[in-house]
Amino acid sequence: MSFVNKSASELSAMLASKEISSVEITQAQLDNIDRLNPKINSYLTVTHEIALAQAKEVDELRAKGEKLSALAGVPIAVKDNLTTIGIETTAGSKILKGWIPPYNATVVQKILANRMPILGKTNMDEFAMGSSTENSAYGPSLNPWDLKRTPGGSGGGSSSAVASMQAAIAIGSDTGGSIRFPAAVTGTVGVKPTYGAVSRYGLIALGSSLDQIGPVARNVMDAAMLQDAISGPDAMDATSLPESLGSMTEAAKNDSVKGLKIGIIKELTGEGFQAGVSERFQEALDLLVASGAEIVEVSCPSFQYAIAAYYLIQPAEASSNLARFDSVRFGLRVMPEGAATVEKVMAATREEGFGPEVKRRIILGTYALSSGYYDAYYGSAQKVRTLIQADLAKAFEKANVLVSPTAPTTAFLLGEKQEDPLAMYLNDIATIPANLAGVPGMSLPVGLAKEDNLPVGAQFLAPAREDARLYKVGAVLEKLLENKWSKKMMDFAPELRVN
Amino acid sequence: MAKDQLMDYQKALETYEVVIGLEVHVELNTNTKMFCGCANVFGDEPNTNVCPNCLGFPGAMPAVNGKAIENSIKIGLALDCEIAATGRFARKNYFYPDLAKNFQTSQYDEPIAFEGKIDIEVPSGKVFTVEIERAHMEEDAGKLTHVGGSTGRIQGAEFSLVDFNRAGVPLVEIVTKPIYGAGDEAPELAAAYVRSIREIVKNLGVSDARMERGNVRCDANVSIRPKGQEKLGTRTETKNVNSLRSIERAVKYEIQRQAQLLSQGTAIIQETRHWHEDRGATSSGRPKSDADDYRYFPEPDLVPVQPSKEWIEQLRATLPEKPAIRRKRLQELWGFSDLEFRDVVNSDLLDEIDDTVKAGAKPQAARKWWTGEVARIANSEDKDITELAITPSQVAQIAELVESGKLTDRLAREVLTGVLAGEGDPAEIVAKRGLEVVSDDGALLEAIDKVLAEQPEVLEKIREGKVQAAGAVIGAVMKAMAGSADAARVRELVIQRATEK
Repeated sequence: MSFVNKSASELSAMLASKEISSVEITQAQLDNIDRLNPKINSYLTVTHEIALAQAKEVDELRAKGEKLSALAGVPIAVKDNLTTIGIETTAGSKILKGWIPPYNATVVQKILANRMPILGKTNMDEFAMGSSTENSAYGPSLNPWDLKRTPGGSGGGSSSAVASMQAAIAIGSDTGGSIRFPAAVTGTVGVKPTYGAVSRYGLIALGSSLDQIGPVARNVMDAAMLQDAISGPDAMDATSLPESLGSMTEAAKNDSVKGLKIGIIKELTGEGFQAGVSERFQEALDLLVASGAEIVEVSCPSFQYAIAAYYLIQPAEASSNLARFDSVRFGLRVMPEGAATVEKVMAATREEGFGPEVKRRIILGTYALSSGYYDAYYGSAQKVRTLIQADLAKAFEKANVLVSPTAPTTAFLLGEKQEDPLAMYLNDIATIPANLAGVPGMSLPVGLAKEDNLPVGAQFLAPAREDARLYKVGAVLEKLLENKWSKKMMDFAPELRVN
Repeated sequence: MAKDQLMDYQKALETYEVVIGLEVHVELNTNTKMFCGCANVFGDEPNTNVCPNCLGFPGAMPAVNGKAIENSIKIGLALDCEIAATGRFARKNYFYPDLAKNFQTSQYDEPIAFEGKIDIEVPSGKVFTVEIERAHMEEDAGKLTHVGGSTGRIQGAEFSLVDFNRAGVPLVEIVTKPIYGAGDEAPELAAAYVRSIREIVKNLGVSDARMERGNVRCDANVSIRPKGQEKLGTRTETKNVNSLRSIERAVKYEIQRQAQLLSQGTAIIQETRHWHEDRGATSSGRPKSDADDYRYFPEPDLVPVQPSKEWIEQLRATLPEKPAIRRKRLQELWGFSDLEFRDVVNSDLLDEIDDTVKAGAKPQAARKWWTGEVARIANSEDKDITELAITPSQVAQIAELVESGKLTDRLAREVLTGVLAGEGDPAEIVAKRGLEVVSDDGALLEAIDKVLAEQPEVLEKIREGKVQAAGAVIGAVMKAMAGSADAARVRELVIQRATEK
C-alpha cells in the first residue's frame, strides 16, 4: 500500500534500482483502485489482467538487462476517450457502451512502447462535454478532497484517480480546460501542451481544432516525464507539429526564476474570483517575486469574447465529429417503433444514446454552421480566435509567461451547476483562451482556500512551442511552496475512509 | 411510372434557349485512398480494403495522399486552370449510410484548381470553348447495394448492404460554368465534353477512366429559357449518367421534357433526376434547392494544401499534349479523311487505334478492324467496346497476319472470335484452329485442275480472253479449300493454268 503514495519519478527510480518490481507497484495500485473506485468512480474500466501482464513483461525485460524508458513499469490511467485495442472505450457515452476499438490511439501506442502498464480507462463527461463529470453516462466521479464535490471535468476521472492514489499519473485531454480545471480542484498538476505537440490520432474528437492530450500528475516532474513520453510528430495526425519541443524533464529540473517576467492577465483576476482563490494566487506570486521574478500586468481585452467564441466553435466541430455515431458501423443500435428506415434507426439511436448536454451542443453547433448563420456565428468566432492570438502575442512581448488562477472558484458541489449550463460554461473563463490560441497551459496547486480548505490552482500560459517555460516556472514555484508548507500539496489531503 | 410528355426536339429549340452545366467526377487511380493507406482497387471482396479511418471509427484522423494532390493538380493544369497557392479541405455534412463519417471531406471555398477552359469539338465540326469553374478534391463514398424489391433501387428494397472499399477513394470533381449557345448541339456537346475529360485523365495516367466502372461519372444540369429572356430557367440535375450515349440522350430528353412543361405553363421543379437507360427517360429524384445546407466548414483535422510554384511548374512540364492538338497530329499521321477521323473520334476509338498503330498495324487496317468488325460485335452484344476481351496489340497482330497474307479476312474474323472467346493470342488461335491460309501452290493447283476438268467451257472462255469467267472457278476452289486460300493467289494460278494448257 505504501507504494501508491509515491510519485512517478520516485517509482521510476525505485524500479531502476530494482528496489521494487512493476508487478508489486501495479498490484498495489489495483488494490487501491478496488478499494476506492466503487465509491469515487474514477475508472469506467479497470484492466487488472492487462496491467499485471504488462507489468510482468517489463519486469522480465528489466531482469534481462534491457534498456528501458524512464517511465517503464510505472502504471498509468488513460482517459476513456482514447482508443485502446481490446479495452472498452466509451468516451463516457451510452452510445459507445461495449465498444472495443480495433486500433490504439497514438498516445496509447506510445504508452505501450514506454512499457507503462495500463490500469484502466477513466471517467469523463460524455464526449468531454462538461466541467464536472456529471454528464458522464456512467455517473459522476467524486472529489477525494470532499466527496460531495466535483473533481472537475471533463477529466474528473483522471484527476480524482491521481488525487486519490489510484494512479500516480494519468492521461487527460483538454478542449477548453478539461485537464487544467480538474487539476486545479483536486490539487494535482495538469498540462495542456501546445496544440499539435501530442498526436490526437485515436482521441475521440470533441472540437478538433481545440483538443489536445496532456499529462495529469501529482508534481511537475511527473507531468514533464509523461509529456516527454507521449509527444512528438505523428504521420497519422496532420496537425501534429513536425518538430520536437525539447525535453520537458530537463526543463522541470530548473531551480531559478531570476529575471523571469511573469504577466498577470488583468482580465482574469479580481472580480468574480473567490476570495480564497485570489489570496492563494497572490501568495504564490509573492513567492516568485521574492525569488527574483518580475511581475508585469498585461491586458487581453478579447478574452471577454472567449467563452462566446468557444461555445460556437467547439459545438460546431462537435456536431460534425459526432455525426459518425449513427449505429451503422459500431456502437449502440436502437430499433425504432414501426417500420425501420435508416433515418429512423439513426434517429432512435442518437435519441437514446446521447445525453442532454451532447444533444444541446449538437443542436447549437448545427445551428452555428447553418447557411445564412455561418458568418455571424462560426465566422465571427474564428475572428475572435485571431484577436485572442493577437492579444496573447502582444502580452508575450512583455512577459515570458502569463499567469492567472485556473478557475474562479474551488470545487463546486455536485448538482450545483447542473441545471444551469451557462454557469457551468463560465467556469472555463481562464482556461478556454489557451485552447482558442493553441498555446500551452499548466495548472499547478498553490494551496487551500481559507474558506473551504479546498485546493486552488494557478495557471501559467506560454507561447506556442514554449511548453518548457511552464515546466521551468512550475518546478520552481512547486519547490517554493513545499518549502513554505514543509510538506507536499497531497499531504494536506484528508485520508479517504471509503470502502 | 407516369410517362413524361416530350416536345418535338426541333420545335423546342425554336422557342427555347438551352443552358447546360456539367459536373464530372473522376476517380483517381492512386495506389491508396485519399486519406488513409487502404488499397484503392476495384472489384475486391466487399469491406476488405478498410481501416478505422475510411470506416469513420471514433478517433480516426485523415492523412492526405500526396499523389492524389499531384494528380489533381495535373488535371487542373490540363484544363488550363489556375492552381491555388493554398487550398483548404472542408467538411460537407450530411447523413447517409454510405458516408462513414456522415460528412464528406471535400473542398469548398478554396478548390485546388479554378478558372480553366477547354475547346470541345462536336460531331458537326464546330468547336465550343467550355469554361471550367473549378476542379476540387474529395473522397468517394461507399457503395450501397439494395437487396429485395424488383428494381434494385432503394424504394421497395428489404435491406441494403454497404461496401466501404470505395469509401475514401480519391475523386476530382470538375465543374463547368454555365454553357450557353450550344443550341441543338447541346446534347452532343455534353457528351463530347465528357469524352474529352475522359481522354485527358486517361492520357495523364491519373484515372482508369472507365465509365462502366464509375471511374468517370457525369451529373448534367439542364435548364431552358424562352429565347430573348435574360433570367436563367430553373435547372434540373440528372445524376450519374454513366455512358457518353446516355449523357447525350439524357440532355436531349430533359430539353424536350422541360420545353413541354413550360409550353403548357407548368413550372420546372428544381430537383435531381435519375437517368434510366432502359426506358430512355429521366425520373424525379429528390428536390434540391440552392439552400441545400451541407454546413460546410474548414476541415480542422487537415492543414491547407500549399503546392509550391516550382512543383506546379514541374508538373506542368510533364503534361501530355492537349486532346485537340493530339487529334490533329494523329489525323495527319494516319492520313485519315475528315469523315473517317470523325467516325473514329465519335466511336471513342482514338486510343484503341493509336495503341494498335503503335503495336505495328497500318492506320487504315487498325481503323477498319476497330470501327468495323470489333464495333459490330460490341454492338451486337450490347457492350462497350472496352469491355470486349481484346487488346490493341491483338488487333494489330490480326491485321499483320492479314497484311502478310497468312490470313484472309474471313479467317481473320474467325481468329477475332477466338480471341474474344479467350482462346489466346491470334497466332495461337491460328495454330490451334488450323486457320492458316494454304499457300502451298501444289495443293492449290491440284484443286484448280480438278475444277477446270469439271468445267472445260470456262477454260475455253479464259483462253479466249474472257478473264472474268475465272470468277466461277475461283469461287469453286475457295469452297473446296474451305476458305483457307488466298483468293488473289488462286486467281493468278487459274489464269496461269488456263494460258498454259
